[in-house]
Amino acid sequence: MKSSAYSGAERILDPMDDLYRDYILEHYRRPHNFGVLDTPTASYEGSNPLCGDRITMMLGVSDGVVRDVAFTGRGCAISQASASLLTDEIKGKTVEEVEKMTPDDLLDLIGIDISPARLKCALLSLDTVAHALADMASKQDGAEPGPG
Amino acid sequence: MADTATHAAESSPAPAMTHATHAATPAASPSASARPAPARIDPYRLRTDFPILATANRFGKPLIYLDSAATSLKPRAVIDAVDAYNAEYSSNIHRGIYEIAERATAAYEAARASIARLINAREAAEIVFVRNATEAINLVAYSWGRRNIGRGDTIVLTEMEHHANLVPWQVLVQEKDGDLEFVPITDDGLLQLEVYEALLHLRPKLVAFTHVSNMLGTINPVRELTEMAHAAGALVLIDGAQAAPHAPVDVQAIGADFYVFSGHKMLGPTGSGALWGRRELLEAMPPFMAGGDMIREVHLRRSDWNEIPYKFEAGTPDISAQIGMGAAAEYLMGIGLDGVQAHEQELTRYAMETLRREVPGIEIYGPEAEARGGVVSFNLPGIHPHDVAQILDRSGICIRAGHHCTMPLHERFDLAATARASFNVYSIPGEIDALAVGLREVVRIFGR
Repeated sequence: MKSSAYSGAERILDPMDDLYRDYILEHYRRPHNFGVLDTPTASYEGSNPLCGDRITMMLGVSDGVVRDVAFTGRGCAISQASASLLTDEIKGKTVEEVEKMTPDDLLDLIGIDISPARLKCALLSLDTVAHALADMASKQDGAEPGPG
Repeated sequence: MADTATHAAESSPAPAMTHATHAATPAASPSASARPAPARIDPYRLRTDFPILATANRFGKPLIYLDSAATSLKPRAVIDAVDAYNAEYSSNIHRGIYEIAERATAAYEAARASIARLINAREAAEIVFVRNATEAINLVAYSWGRRNIGRGDTIVLTEMEHHANLVPWQVLVQEKDGDLEFVPITDDGLLQLEVYEALLHLRPKLVAFTHVSNMLGTINPVRELTEMAHAAGALVLIDGAQAAPHAPVDVQAIGADFYVFSGHKMLGPTGSGALWGRRELLEAMPPFMAGGDMIREVHLRRSDWNEIPYKFEAGTPDISAQIGMGAAAEYLMGIGLDGVQAHEQELTRYAMETLRREVPGIEIYGPEAEARGGVVSFNLPGIHPHDVAQILDRSGICIRAGHHCTMPLHERFDLAATARASFNVYSIPGEIDALAVGLREVVRIFGR
């Protein structure tokens, strides 16, 4: 967890707007990479049942690189903006690099202080990507039994 | 409106608000001609009883607490009662042969008597102390349910139940191979009574429903529902968590078999709650939990149970919390539950009118104000309730956002989540005005 999660209050100038900055709302209203891939190599639907946030991540991976990425979903501004930012970030990265991403990396990317109650919203996108990659890895293990 | 919102923050009487409060008075009670109008409560004076209302948030904004359906604030009388136990006579109950222990036992049993009076139970022994309404329902499901529900037996619930009055029954029928049936609700959030009647032809063993919905605010016709259930041979459990703190409740007049409620929603401490059951039912039920205090005689291989209600109160309970719940019951009876009900109904009507007028596009769920308790669930178009609540928090406004432990009910209305404002004796119109201002700000931020 980010240590500064609750420490943002003192440096907020406009308290109404610190969390809902223009770029966050912009990503929420017009999310990047929103849509579906026809033949994703990795796909996973993640949700926070408590909030009703829902994100489906689709990745197109070849030669160990995330060539394409898309997501659909519904939920709060934080969860959807986070997914939009994350998809921009991971496109072109290697699977290994994406798998190494930590919650702190994503929170830095989002760039706002997230209160503990909203961490789940913010981190759903990364959690969903991780699940998608893990699913892909386990399927590959199953599909390629032993040296061929 | 900004002006009235400022007044709301103060705990001193605000003339503008008083005027607004009184505006809706004449139509307050439909049976006004049959009985005297309820004594009015003065929320501005009552607010001074709640120390937390004098606090401010991290931006210096005064607390505007609109989440009383989740848990209520605590008046000084309750805080003092809890403190007095801890500071002056902290000791176990039903055991010690010394002064402070006797005082603790007396206070604990006096609380039971107060709570019995609050719901007009026939006798205090019919009040079982539990941690909350959830535990009370679990107690009935485990103790009565495991003895009385068998293969093929039916329990009738409604689509508007809190998870607390749903999941324990799911667990029970899964274990016993029984069936659950549900009374559906109309788009206005009312129970479909003709379906209920049809379901009763299945001869259910038990019917369990909420008195007041914690999401829609619907006040169910509990007396009628109970009579119909009894005519079909079913027992009746009523979840009174959202009712007992807000209106006069008379379990004998309702005719129910079990009635459950939480202390922390009725101005009492967390960790306190009550199960009321008819004596003959409680006496026939086996203990829920076993241990100390619930036994008369213990031998190595068998024990005899204590009399009710102690049979159901194994181990040292949350003594100070139950004493606090008793203080809360006394506080509520002192100000008068008729007045509480009238106040909250008036406030709910004011909230629905104000929000619909001031907040463009707001959608409010549930019945009109006449048929609901002090709960208003709503959504703003295209904005997730969590974002709504988060932005309101900056203004010191506390509302609930989520599914309020009623996921099936949200599914019924095809909603992922809702925002909810809920009221109590200390709630005032100015707080609703502040909410309306806050919601307009949410719309502005998301619309820019």
